[in-house]
Amino acid sequence: MNEPVVVDLATSSVRALNAELHAPGAKSYEVRSPQGAHAIAAGVDSEITVDVRGHVGYYAAGMNDGGRITVHGNAGTGVAENMMSGTVRVTGDASQSAGATAHGGLLVIEGSASMRCGISMKGVDIVVGGDIGPMSAFMAQAGRLVVCGNAGDDLGDSIYEARIYVRGTVGSLGADCVEKQMRPEHLTELRDLLAEAGLDHDPAQFRRYGSARRLYHFTSGNTY
Amino acid sequence: MSTEPTHPVSGDGRSSDYRHSRGLRESATFDRATIAGIQRAAATGVYDIRGWGAKRPLPHFDDLLFLGASMSRYPLEGYRERCDTDIVLGDRNARSPLHLATPVTIAGMSFGALSAQAKEALGRGASEVGTSTTTGDGGMTPEERGQSTHLVYQYLPSRYGMNPTDLRKADAIEIVLGQGAKPGGGGMLLGQKISERVAGMRTLPAGIDQRSACRHPDWTGPDDLAIKILELREITDWEKPVYVKIGASRTYYDVKLAVASGADVVVVDGMQGGTAATQDVFIEHVGIPTLAAIPQAVQALQELGLHRRVQLIVSGGIRTGADVAKAMALGADAVAIGTAALIALGDNDPRYAEEYRELGSDAGFYDDFQDGRDPAGITTQDPELAARLDPVEGGRRLANYLRVLTLEAQTIARACGKAHLQHLEPEDLVALTIEAAAMARVPLAGTSWIPGA
Ligand SMILES: Cc1cc2nc3c(=O)[nH]c(=O)nc-3n(C[C@H](O)[C@H](O)[C@H](O)COP(=O)(O)O)c2cc1C
Repeated sequence: MNEPVVVDLATSSVRALNAELHAPGAKSYEVRSPQGAHAIAAGVDSEITVDVRGHVGYYAAGMNDGGRITVHGNAGTGVAENMMSGTVRVTGDASQSAGATAHGGLLVIEGSASMRCGISMKGVDIVVGGDIGPMSAFMAQAGRLVVCGNAGDDLGDSIYEARIYVRGTVGSLGADCVEKQMRPEHLTELRDLLAEAGLDHDPAQFRRYGSARRLYHFTSGNTY
Repeated sequence: MSTEPTHPVSGDGRSSDYRHSRGLRESATFDRATIAGIQRAAATGVYDIRGWGAKRPLPHFDDLLFLGASMSRYPLEGYRERCDTDIVLGDRNARSPLHLATPVTIAGMSFGALSAQAKEALGRGASEVGTSTTTGDGGMTPEERGQSTHLVYQYLPSRYGMNPTDLRKADAIEIVLGQGAKPGGGGMLLGQKISERVAGMRTLPAGIDQRSACRHPDWTGPDDLAIKILELREITDWEKPVYVKIGASRTYYDVKLAVASGADVVVVDGMQGGTAATQDVFIEHVGIPTLAAIPQAVQALQELGLHRRVQLIVSGGIRTGADVAKAMALGADAVAIGTAALIALGDNDPRYAEEYRELGSDAGFYDDFQDGRDPAGITTQDPELAARLDPVEGGRRLANYLRVLTLEAQTIARACGKAHLQHLEPEDLVALTIEAAAMARVPLAGTSWIPGA
């Protein structure tokens, strides 16, 4: 494969970078000196590879649709928000709302993720090597969230059809989120997700959580 | 369900004579609608959810009058002398601002709340007169994109159906923080309307009662919103105007913060603004009237030195060309209509009176948009009902109505001596009531008194 095209944000701008990534002249890019800038590699819509060497600000790889984007560092709020397809990997930690509302693709956070990880997720797969913060998978509609460490409070509050797998402890479960049985098909999909993420935990160590579906209809019994 | 009285109140001469002769007196506090509401709550244990906007009487555009020209002002001749109506929206940052032929735009109403036919009809009508239409809480349909020359794509807390491909197809992006009918509330769509297609677009199980988030999932507060707007501009290569829509409440501060966050256009929706489904208590008791919101928004923009640079779109109870002209005279650059557009398509048409009655309502009263059984085929996902609305005919009716609104507004502007609708100014207005004078910040008619000024 050809050498990646290097874009150094110490001398170039995020605007110039994203304009190039939206009409790419190359297959692979390396972004240097990201300096925590926002919206780095947002709106990628082709199967290019982007390696960002350093920490990024908000909404890195936002709405990614096909790109293979790796942040070699930490990511700010909303990394890979509303991703459609492709892969986003963060080698460090991620801030709030990682993978928010994402419809597809795979988001891997090798470190830990803060609050609201996977909020309103709509089909994405998220694998977190470490812990996740409170209110994660709030209103999660579809997709799978795998947490190799612990989950904070109110996990899966008002969850719809997303599936959550947690290896460690859960601070507390949110409204209408319950522990569910691990059936063979769940162990299989979890093994596949861990393998895709490059992690080798034993799926048998995880517990599964999902919706009790008690909030699906407005009734006089609803206490929320 | 609605809070309409269960017994007939009109066309019921005999019983009102009867009440009169007995000296029966209805309580102003516990009127029949209130009593019916209590009875309904006691029977069901569920709050009332309905469509439409606030129904209570409120200070409104009807409480304002234009002065017109005479000796001290010079009117323009109808038909012959120019009175332009075109507007530009979003030229502060975007490479492709919107150029509309009339300042009356179609507000965001979701596919899901409305049938695909209704969305298509809105697109057709708007395009015919050169104005914009807006998606809603549920994504963009090919029907409306195909039929809309200028399509504004809403970016809501739920992000249902949000995707970068449709985002790039849009002509503008509207970040929705709230609606006038329910500032502080998220969307609702009841199971009857979550058809397979609607469910698929929203990634929800079909048939559930959908409640969507009231806050955006990945930003909180104006500092974050500024970064969010930056991201959306980056994704779309700075091509499209970014609107921010707010429900009218603390409008002065909210508009300042929306502009500080980078909005190209601010949309302010007053409490009369329509909704597809919201708790009645929310519709009637949260937010401020459109009339009270406009001067606050204009003041905020003026203090920032950005009035007319950042455009202001006002909605909530716009019905006539007079309302359009009054909103613009108070400083709006454009208006948006929801309820009135649906009526133009055929909502609440007397020809469906019998069917409205079968649903426990009546033509002129029907507000059960949440139920999905709309005989006019507009607020439904039932294929048979929806098929009753012919999108071509509906579009033609809407275009007619939009032309009338524009012509009426022009009539008033010419009478005030203005060669463009945007030249109308507060100085052209007086108020009929003290409340309206205080809210609109124009003098009480015949006086120079602006209460609170
Ligand atoms: C049936 C219906 C559906 C609506 N859906 C949305 C929506 O999805 N998003 C939104 O921001 N506002 C929505 N609204 C509010 C309108 O965009 C607009 O603010 C309001 O209708 C303006 O007031 P008016 O109805 O008095 O003209 C909806 C209104 C109606 C009547």
